[in-house]
Amino acid sequence: MPLVLTEDEQMLVESLRSLLSRSAPVAAFRALRDSGDPKRYSPALWAELAEAGFAAPQVPEAEGGIGMGYAAAGLAAEEMGRVLAATPFLSTALAIELLIAAGDAGQKAALLPGLLDGSRLFALAIEEGGRHDPDTRATRATRDGAGWRIEGTKRFVLDGGVADGLIVATQGEDGPMLLLVDPGAPGVAVTPRASIDSRNAADIAFEGVSVGADAVLGGANGSADDAAAAIARALDVGRVLLAAELLGIAQEAFDRTVAYLKEREQFGVKIGTFQALQHRAARQYVALDLARSVVLKALRALDEGDKARSALASLAKAVTTRTAREAMNEAVQMHGGVGVTDEFDIGLFFKRARVAGETLGDDYFHRERLAKMVWGI
Amino acid sequence: MSDLDAFRAEVRAWLEENAPPFIRQPESIETAIWGGRKPSFIHDDQRLWMERMGAKGWTVPEWPREYGGGGLSRDEAKILAQEMRRIGARRPLDSLGIWMLGPALLKYGTEEQKREHLPRIARGEIRWAQGYSEPGAGSDLASVATKGEDKGDHFLVNGSKIWTSYGDKCDMIFALVRTEPDAPKHLGISFLLIDMADPGVSTRPIKLIAGDSPFTQTFFDNVKVPKGNVVGERGRGWDVCKYLLSHEREMIGSLPTTQLSAETLAQHAVRVLGADGIARAGALRSDIMQHEIDAWTLAIAIERAGDQAKAKASSPFTGSVLKLFGTELMKRRTELAMSIEGSAGFDPQGHEAQEWLHAPANTIAGGSNEIQLNILAKRALGLPGA
Ligand SMILES: Cc1cc2nc3c(=O)[nH]c(=O)nc-3n(C[C@H](O)[C@H](O)[C@H](O)COP(=O)(O)OP(=O)(O)OC[C@H]3O[C@@H](n4cnc5c(N)ncnc54)[C@H](O)[C@@H]3O)c2cc1C
Repeated sequence: MPLVLTEDEQMLVESLRSLLSRSAPVAAFRALRDSGDPKRYSPALWAELAEAGFAAPQVPEAEGGIGMGYAAAGLAAEEMGRVLAATPFLSTALAIELLIAAGDAGQKAALLPGLLDGSRLFALAIEEGGRHDPDTRATRATRDGAGWRIEGTKRFVLDGGVADGLIVATQGEDGPMLLLVDPGAPGVAVTPRASIDSRNAADIAFEGVSVGADAVLGGANGSADDAAAAIARALDVGRVLLAAELLGIAQEAFDRTVAYLKEREQFGVKIGTFQALQHRAARQYVALDLARSVVLKALRALDEGDKARSALASLAKAVTTRTAREAMNEAVQMHGGVGVTDEFDIGLFFKRARVAGETLGDDYFHRERLAKMVWGI
Repeated sequence: MSDLDAFRAEVRAWLEENAPPFIRQPESIETAIWGGRKPSFIHDDQRLWMERMGAKGWTVPEWPREYGGGGLSRDEAKILAQEMRRIGARRPLDSLGIWMLGPALLKYGTEEQKREHLPRIARGEIRWAQGYSEPGAGSDLASVATKGEDKGDHFLVNGSKIWTSYGDKCDMIFALVRTEPDAPKHLGISFLLIDMADPGVSTRPIKLIAGDSPFTQTFFDNVKVPKGNVVGERGRGWDVCKYLLSHEREMIGSLPTTQLSAETLAQHAVRVLGADGIARAGALRSDIMQHEIDAWTLAIAIERAGDQAKAKASSPFTGSVLKLFGTELMKRRTELAMSIEGSAGFDPQGHEAQEWLHAPANTIAGGSNEIQLNILAKRALGLPGA
């Protein structure tokens, strides 16, 4: 597919924009944050997005979705990034990806419809330390009668404080094992974590948690190889969606900054007349345009099953993390003092960009991954 | 088998048969094929390659067939490029005619001009020079002073151009000439096609830091240029000039990816330093990695620009974006290559030194990068002021 949006995709963007500007302006996110609501997301907004098909537009029709592909999911992520919509979009995409890749027919039938219509919320419990490191799994699953027993602690599980189901990445007998766990089960301790981006996250400890054999993703046929492949695939999808969100965040902060350059006056002129600022703004324009190319390429690669899709996921995440970081610094700087006030929205973008950048690997992580995977250095 | 698969098979077979061995080697500045009335080849395979590709129109795969092009679709052109890369085939023809004048003629030329010039460009028969800059008109290009007096059926051209790339080797030059002395700055310029063999045209070489003299000052002393050689409207040469520049910028920005250098920078580092050496040079490794990210980004941006052009959804600012990013990338790449080599790169005629010494010109040529930033700030972002 060419690296140009189709008419359908453009229409999707337009209808998303109108829905989000109505139901989820940045002011709504600010109000949610200020309300102290421990859910830290708006179930009403999520239900509305799901109703319109935007909760997971990538899911094929054969699995009960609308089959618009990853490109559409990326556009949704980008638009949500623009307004800082606090939704379980990423968690839902990860869960769906794992279910479709590794779940058996019964598990899919039981869980997919609820994920698609927004009535169910699953969180992926994978990280165990601060920096993204999906291959370290101290959390173990050992045989316990016919079922399994889980021991370990997962850190900063996104949406971990509101999920009604968990997918836990554990170390099984011969490799990774994905287990479906009820967060209310005995031995599961959910500790909410405050986060700079005011989104929902929790540490989750598993102390002798017992689950049945049917909790294994894939059931009796679930193998370590399948689990490893499903995790790899889900992480790559998640990375590209985060890249798209970062693009939206950075683009919006940049657009607001350009508007400010045309409005604010000092020395008797608009500050946008100063060439020093013009050139810096132009550099941001270039960086964003390039990042947009890379994100679209990575999305198309997912849709086409391109063999470079995993590398492109890393490329997109590396490029957008860095681009967004620089765009945020420039946005704050060019706003002057108001840029560092809580009252001004730029700071909200600044904070979310940091979290989205670190999630599923920052630019340093992905550069290193590419060095080994592609460049051989 | 789909049509595209069939096309790929056909291309592969044709290339196998027609791409001679000499042109299947890594290219360098010396191996470029420029064609022209007095072409110079360092190996006869180069001539064969240019002529065979030119006859198929594959020197300009996407131009229409009636003007000497290959008439390929975007997808077919991508396949041709992939298949050429697969066997390490060099470009069959480097040409300002292809990169710059051709697109401008396709848009602004008369039917007669297109039929006369485009096929000759495609076959590499005429080598074109660019006559834009003057000693007094660099970044402020619209202040060109070379003048063309109206003498009825022709213009009498007097003045000089500078930084004319390969001016002494070219056959014809497209030049910005002030034909309307009383009109405002931007509205007094015509875009003229001038034969450099005509009486009154002469050149003087200019030597560069890299040691060679790839460009000249070009003088016009009472040169007669027929009125039929004006491209676009008389006095509206600035429009043609700007359109052409947007193609020039895309071309310059794309240089890092079109140079079919057999090696990536990472491979270069492995070859010279070995895995151990790279591991011990962690900070250098880190910059190489960032370079590889940027190089891949550029390749994708170029792919998107092509797709947009095909979909008639081009952004007028793509040329500036690619020019800025691509030329800075090129400088970083040659600097990193020099760092990888250390003192082994100091030989003035060595490949790394030559590439490094040539790279800075690209952030200046085609409208300096500062000018690209001005264009983006003003036109793409609408920022106020001068
Ligand atoms: C390798 C090479 C090949 C070339 N080939 C050709 C050719 O074939 N034909 C041709 O006509 N020309 C050619 N040129 C000329 C090229 O287009 C000019 O060099 C270029 O436009 C800059 O003009 P200048 O050299 O006069 O620099 P100047 O315009 O004097 O610029 C000097 C410095 O001032 C900066 N500057 C100028 N104005 C501004 C501004 N408004 N804001 C901020 N900064 C500014 C510039 O960016 C630059 O850094 C070539 C140049 C090179 C290096």
